[in-house]
Amino acid sequence: MDATDISRALTRITHEILERNRDAEGVVILGIPTRGVELAERIAAKMAEVEGTTIVPGALDVTMYRDDLRLKAPRALEATNVPEDIDGRVVVLVDDVLMSGRTIRAALDALSDLGRPKAVQLAVLVDRGHRELPIRADFVGKNLPTSLAEKVRVRLSGTDGSDDSVSIEGSGA
Amino acid sequence: MKHLLSAGDLSRDEAVLILDTAEQLLSVAQRPIKKLPTLRGRTIVNLFFEDSTRTRISFEAAAKRLSADVINFSAKGSSVSKGESLKDTALTLQAMGADAVVIRHHASGAPHRLATSEWTKGAVVNAGDGTHEHPTQALLDAFTMRSRLGDLAGKNVTIVGDVLHSRVARSNALLLDTLGANVTLVAPPTLLPVGVETWPVETSYDLDASLEKADAVMMLRVQRERMNASFFPSAREYSRRYGLDVARMNRLPDHAIVLHPGPMNRGMEINADVADSDRSVIVEQVTNGVAVRMAVLYLLLGGATEGETA
Repeated sequence: MDATDISRALTRITHEILERNRDAEGVVILGIPTRGVELAERIAAKMAEVEGTTIVPGALDVTMYRDDLRLKAPRALEATNVPEDIDGRVVVLVDDVLMSGRTIRAALDALSDLGRPKAVQLAVLVDRGHRELPIRADFVGKNLPTSLAEKVRVRLSGTDGSDDSVSIEGSGA
Repeated sequence: MKHLLSAGDLSRDEAVLILDTAEQLLSVAQRPIKKLPTLRGRTIVNLFFEDSTRTRISFEAAAKRLSADVINFSAKGSSVSKGESLKDTALTLQAMGADAVVIRHHASGAPHRLATSEWTKGAVVNAGDGTHEHPTQALLDAFTMRSRLGDLAGKNVTIVGDVLHSRVARSNALLLDTLGANVTLVAPPTLLPVGVETWPVETSYDLDASLEKADAVMMLRVQRERMNASFFPSAREYSRRYGLDVARMNRLPDHAIVLHPGPMNRGMEINADVADSDRSVIVEQVTNGVAVRMAVLYLLLGGATEGETA
């Protein structure tokens, strides 16, 4: 995927979110660090354009809720910044790649400590399969069937300082 | 980082990582559910051989907010009063499966002994040993200064009072030097420790001379309980020359802040009006202390430890 494909996918996701929830009223967009935050910002900007309102995206760091903390050296925390009260709202989580579903599981736990959303929806740029938990995305930019030996690399201009792209690296060949 | 024994052991990157982590954890205190599941199932022992209010409560709150199980041990009312040694106490705690030991001891070096011995496998956190070090206090002081003053590189910090008996002063001097601040110790000659010339600090006997350039002033408690000789003629004279009163506070730059590690002797090293003024960040220090200790416990215990498969 190149920059145009990514932009097109995000535009479509934005419209799908609006369609599903009728409008942007009561919708809170939360990105999961690091790249999910930038994607959330872009979706919020597109949404604001369509709806003619301002939409403030947030960030939700799930590090402290992960189930693999004890497998690696302690990680640095990223910012959590939830713009408004999430009680009774529809929260749309945004992440770059959906694979095992464990990050989203952690995010759901983190959300339940912050309040009680009316509903939680999930938007991802890439769904690469290999789910280990019963979790699915509501809005998918692109389904990318991969093998476990491969790596999906997402680059975003704001986070990585290079052109937007999604590529598959290190195929098992 | 396996243990936290001395503020001097921390590299600049490690210190900044602790402070940045604490900054994220500070927001947990404002949430409806003030708890993170991160250290669920871990046991942290607070081993306190010396009296303490805020440090022990702060460590306990920090551990509980991370969902760890906390066992409080104070020497009073335990077998220590029957003559049990540090070694046997430590072995007992190890047998109970402590993942971390937070120790305060009246003997300088006790945490180091515990960390380098085979008595306990857990991480050791120094919560104040004798007149040696108190690294988490230095971290929370640095955190408080950083949140009020911005990056500490090049900032002037004046530490005033009983440096000789102060573990806070030593830890702060080492940590602030690592973070790039300029530290000036101000005390009567009798209350400066031997070998202070090897510390990364300047020293002065004159408080008034170092007020105008200070970005932060840290007042130290006069530790009467550790004084076995007369270090100054009278409390009144000490207070006149080294106490922070309103007149002295008004000579500080407008942005300067006043810190005190507590407990305060109001009217001795710090005037009550100063302690309760807008410049005083003493209550903020306590709030920040919990976040800083959460960060330390998370970074010591949150990840993979030796003996667990990576």
